[in-house]
Amino acid sequence: MLAFIVKRLIQSALILLGVSLITFALLYLLPADPVRQIAGRSATPETVANIRAQLGLDQPFIVQYARYLGNLVQGDLGRSYLQKTEVSTLIASRLPASLLLMLGAIVCELVLGITMGVVAALRRGTATDNALMMASFIGVSAPQFVVGLLMLYVFAVQLQWFPIGGYGTLAHMVLPSITLGILGAGWYSRMMRSSMIDVLRQDFIRTARAKGLGRMRVLLRHALPNAILPIIAMIGIDVGIFMGGIVVVESVFGWPGIGQLAWQAIQRVDIPIIMGVTLVSACAIVIGNLVADIASLFADPRIKVR
Amino acid sequence: MKKLLTTSALVAALGLPQFAAAESHSNLDPNAKSGGNITVTYKDDVATLDPAIGYDWQNWSMIKSLYDGLMDYEPGTTELRPGLAESYEISDDGMVFTFKLRDGVQFHNGRVMTADDVKFSLDRVTNPKTQSPGAGFFGSIAGYDAISSGETESLSGVKVIDDQTVEITLSRPDATFLHVMGLNFASVVAKEAVEAAGADFGKTAMGTGAFKLADWTIGQKLVFAKNENYWREGLPYLDTVTFEVGQEPIVALLRLQSGEVDVPGDGIPPAKFQEVMNDPAQAARVIEGGQLHTGYITLNVKMPPFDNVDVRKAVNMAINKERITQVINGRAVPATQPLPPSMPGYTEGYEGYAYDPDAAKALLADAGFADGFETELFVMNTDPNPRIAQAIQQDLSKIGIKASIQSLAQASVIAAGGEPDQAPMIWSGGMAWIADFPDASNFYGPILGCDGAVQGGWNWSWYCNADIDAMAVKADSMTDPAKVDERLKMWSDVYMKVMEDAPWVPVFNEQRYTMKSERMGGDDKLYVDPVSIPVNYDYVYVNDVQ
Repeated sequence: MLAFIVKRLIQSALILLGVSLITFALLYLLPADPVRQIAGRSATPETVANIRAQLGLDQPFIVQYARYLGNLVQGDLGRSYLQKTEVSTLIASRLPASLLLMLGAIVCELVLGITMGVVAALRRGTATDNALMMASFIGVSAPQFVVGLLMLYVFAVQLQWFPIGGYGTLAHMVLPSITLGILGAGWYSRMMRSSMIDVLRQDFIRTARAKGLGRMRVLLRHALPNAILPIIAMIGIDVGIFMGGIVVVESVFGWPGIGQLAWQAIQRVDIPIIMGVTLVSACAIVIGNLVADIASLFADPRIKVR
Repeated sequence: MKKLLTTSALVAALGLPQFAAAESHSNLDPNAKSGGNITVTYKDDVATLDPAIGYDWQNWSMIKSLYDGLMDYEPGTTELRPGLAESYEISDDGMVFTFKLRDGVQFHNGRVMTADDVKFSLDRVTNPKTQSPGAGFFGSIAGYDAISSGETESLSGVKVIDDQTVEITLSRPDATFLHVMGLNFASVVAKEAVEAAGADFGKTAMGTGAFKLADWTIGQKLVFAKNENYWREGLPYLDTVTFEVGQEPIVALLRLQSGEVDVPGDGIPPAKFQEVMNDPAQAARVIEGGQLHTGYITLNVKMPPFDNVDVRKAVNMAINKERITQVINGRAVPATQPLPPSMPGYTEGYEGYAYDPDAAKALLADAGFADGFETELFVMNTDPNPRIAQAIQQDLSKIGIKASIQSLAQASVIAAGGEPDQAPMIWSGGMAWIADFPDASNFYGPILGCDGAVQGGWNWSWYCNADIDAMAVKADSMTDPAKVDERLKMWSDVYMKVMEDAPWVPVFNEQRYTMKSERMGGDDKLYVDPVSIPVNYDYVYVNDVQ
């Protein structure tokens, strides 16, 4: 078990190294010059050259990358080209908001997904089942940008149940969490439905019913815990999906997370920020997958470590 | 003999409207109410509030309210007025400017601002270590080259005479120098605050402006609070201005409609423009004005067939500018020349190249391209630019030119334009020239002059005409205020000569549409202030206080 975790940690470190190399190389190859963005349009070629030298961007790729890695292992992500602020400060001030949003999305996808899946499984083949599966299909396929704007328009502007975007209270969290979680909810309801149908067919359920337990009790104590296992193991993998989704959702709802930061940095070719956010996201995905693997070990003893 | 140019002497000489010595009072609005807060939204977080660094239209007006420079503009206009300088003298040869500072102006920390702070600020902005995008504007100050090459850290041309007097010597005559001193880059910063904050200075602020930075929660909001000791008495009217960032323009509009937002800083989203303008209640709160902007197509004179002036003229005649303004819901007026109509020096009555596809086709045939040719049109990939490029593409196809559209990120288009052989045509939308200061010269040097036609430059048509360059230098050497009309005439001639060579297709001049909440007051011109976009925070007020 321990050996497995250590092995996975080493693999994770290699993955992160690979991500950093690929991202750095892509940004290096980008046909856009960050120095000219910094120097502005009134700059003379000498000023541009001077700034290029100050930032070390006149060095060969391998030197630039080695220097970046050297700083990185000391925990230094560099300073933003345009804002001049430490990238770590910018990320640290925005990461909590993103994590909070992800937490909200996880709660939302679990509650919605599991409920829908269980109900559909119990009402299998009925109109309810069809309607729920249709809803989950829409949830999986609807673009988040559109869902977000629709939610804002209906629930914030028309019904005024929630604030129109922003950050701060629990009420602010509801709409963005649902928007981000709706995709997962769609997936989970389908998984939950088939997993539930599977479990309900098992012998032990029949035994439980036969020994006189009530329907609800069988459902909650015996069926649900078994059916839910594959879903719990999936949550870690969702982190990757969320990392993509927050860029859109944060933008629609004015949520001050790292997705917004990344989006603005990309538009301005602010390489240190793009690198920093990419690495932090990659870390989150790697950790999410690691947790998912370990969780499934605990959740299902049948999985063998090799 | 030196001539003393006080405020009133300046306006008399420049033919500007007269204003009294206590000019700050003449601008006070008798209907204004003091107090209250307004909420302004933006999509992007504020990059920096360092006046030496900030160079986007979002932080430009913010910095204007936090800091002051020696020169300033009459609110809502392009007229210069003294700022931190109470008065100034210009030597007869126009090479030495002596600024007398106002007495007892305090920084937000309470310290009195002196001539040393002015010197410190100018040394700082020109020092290459500061990496200021505005350093180049100060090129006419003596000693600029030495500081720019890193030989020294002090501008020899800026001398502190006493606490209240600064003398600035130029290395060449520069008729735009007072405008340069009105740029944000020339703002006076407090030395101790810069040294205390180091590289993080841009996330703080310490100036003499009408507002001070009270709070900045990164990624969420900034709060500006009234500077109670502001040296322009009676200003500002508002107690606070709250900037909420990270707000999609479309969401900002919804919030404005529900009364939560006073000014959507990014303007009315294009998709909602018609809807807003067709609703009388909303349209009444939209203020329209010109801006010092020209959208143009550059034709790379180094890349055949655009090295042929007839081909460039034919392209000019082929573009239906009227129809292109319709692509952006008529939020612009067709352009005839590089300068926008509200810029001094604009040539009235010049028709430009009229839309005439038949004549264009004939001219193209005479130039030896009867069957047209294939080329590329580079364009920034955000709406509405690709749609505008399609309209241009259609117009070109009518005279046989097949242009394929290269829709790229902004930085990539700028990079391609800065190479002599990459981009035959560029539509400037999203990167177009907006004047740094309201002077005719500002549309020439970097974008049409030989200085800009270098690798990494902004002259994407690579047009370089030594005769016109000489004329431009001559015009900018005319520092005598009495010759201001002659100078503007010369600039008008410069742009007319440029049009003869047709390196650009001037397409349109964008109009500005600022939307405000019902409770906001103040003259309409404050909402289309040419130097403070979207609004001049120092002078606007709200009606629902007191």
